[in-house]
Amino acid sequence: MLEYRVEIALWAISGIIPFFMLNIWTNNNLNESINISDVMLSRYFLCAFFVRQFSVVWVVFSFEEDSLMGKVSPYLIQPLNPFFRYFAQHLAEQITRFPFALIIAFFFFIFNPESIWIPNLGILLLSIVSTFLSFLIQFLIQSIVACLCFWTEKASSIERLLFIPTLFLSGLLAPVVSFPAYVKSWIYLTPFPYLIDFPANLLSGNETNISGGLSMQILWILLLFPLFKKIWFEGTKKYTAMGS
Amino acid sequence: MVQNIIDVRNLSKSFDISSKEPGLKGTIKHFFKRQTKSLKVIKDINFEIKEGEIVGFLGANGAGKTTILKMLCGLIYPSEGSILVSGYLPFRRKENFLKNITLIMGQKQQLIWDLPPIESFYLNASIYDLDKFEAKKRIKKLSEMLEIDEELFIPVRKLSLGQRMKSELLAALIHEPNILFLDEPTLGLDINAQRNLRKFLQKYNRETNATICLTSHYMKDITSLCKRVICVHEGEISYDGKLDLLLKKLSPVKEILIVCRSEEDAIKLENSGFTVKNKMKNEITIKIENNSITSSLKTILNNFDIEDLFINEPPIDEVIGKVLIKKDYDF
Repeated sequence: MLEYRVEIALWAISGIIPFFMLNIWTNNNLNESINISDVMLSRYFLCAFFVRQFSVVWVVFSFEEDSLMGKVSPYLIQPLNPFFRYFAQHLAEQITRFPFALIIAFFFFIFNPESIWIPNLGILLLSIVSTFLSFLIQFLIQSIVACLCFWTEKASSIERLLFIPTLFLSGLLAPVVSFPAYVKSWIYLTPFPYLIDFPANLLSGNETNISGGLSMQILWILLLFPLFKKIWFEGTKKYTAMGS
Repeated sequence: MVQNIIDVRNLSKSFDISSKEPGLKGTIKHFFKRQTKSLKVIKDINFEIKEGEIVGFLGANGAGKTTILKMLCGLIYPSEGSILVSGYLPFRRKENFLKNITLIMGQKQQLIWDLPPIESFYLNASIYDLDKFEAKKRIKKLSEMLEIDEELFIPVRKLSLGQRMKSELLAALIHEPNILFLDEPTLGLDINAQRNLRKFLQKYNRETNATICLTSHYMKDITSLCKRVICVHEGEISYDGKLDLLLKKLSPVKEILIVCRSEEDAIKLENSGFTVKNKMKNEITIKIENNSITSSLKTILNNFDIEDLFINEPPIDEVIGKVLIKKDYDF
């Protein structure tokens, strides 16, 4: 069991990019240029860490491996779309990560006691909803890319192309508000700022358009879901059940 | 009258295969200009299978038997022709169709590796909409039939191959399907585990009247389970009929080793008109056609002083092997 516990702890620690970014931002006083206080920036990156912990998705890698090894075949002839299995796996792992994420937050507050705050219940609930919607968007995007396995066999390479915009435009490295105005207007038309930036701003108490953000998240889910269904339907026609 | 549960008409399947020349030059060429060709692996085949039948699909590696099974269970899409299984088009994978079938592939597992099999059984039970009480009942029944008990609570990764295969079977049968597609189910199992698995399949077929389509390279699986075989050669059906008829046709003679009381008797027998394969002192091996075996043995026993005799069936693998490597076998 020890190895499992260590693995879970490593998962949680592997998501600490936001803390590195916080360090870079505060040491260089970059927050002054965007009129965000040190405290609010700390809270933003802590929330970005939390949102990331509960919205990170790796379905493309799991599906690609299972597809190439023939493990998808038994699931395909069950009356349940195999992606539900991956979905359930992700949810289970998120629950497992929760205590570890709390421990990391505890240490964060020890070193940054001025950042301690208690969000009101309404905001907390909306943040949980928003984080879950962020997870759904990422899950759908990766599932669509994963379905490309039926054509390319190496869908993870395509996913890596998406990794760069996700890293820069989602708010993981910098709040989207720090981008120039004309770039921001374009970024907000993509799904990326609704993955980390919007839920993190919401939870940390930064000024944000709550109804607009939630609507955009729902809109992206409504756009991506039929696309996923279509590509899944066409892809399974191409399935050759290799490796089995 | 027993109904057809599987009906296959003019079924064909083609795959696009890309080929690459060896070396760096070949790799660069392959990167910029990939050469693909369409390979027809199943060619215009027709057959029906009746409810409750156990049918063995025989063929050399790459003959197309697994591809046929995959199309029958809806895993892959046919290029041409039609398939009806239990009244459904398999590829549409309708819920009621999927609840009626199962596919078991030797060495391929659906059990969750790090958890005990019982967890996978309950997961499958939920997928097939079984309530907990019903699931428990079926797990108990199947585990008794398969003779597994403590193994249900041990992580899958710690089970032996035989125990794992039994657990795989239980997982695949928990929804009590009435059509079983089995692709090399005994692959890698030891002789006892193979025998137990065959006994279980016979019992399952007897008790539920399930239809079983089976591929196996172990002839014992075929001979003990299947009355009917479909031989596939290079994507075409070269034989579809009763197994014993096939064996009779492929092997019309039997070899009989006769031990005479004296060498003189052996010499007399050698010159009596039978086809002699070989002779050593008082032992002589003759070949007799299947249809005259009783009368020939009567003649031998009446006219010669015989100490012992042995009727040798030709090895079934050898006999079936003939039909698997030749396309236009003369039946």
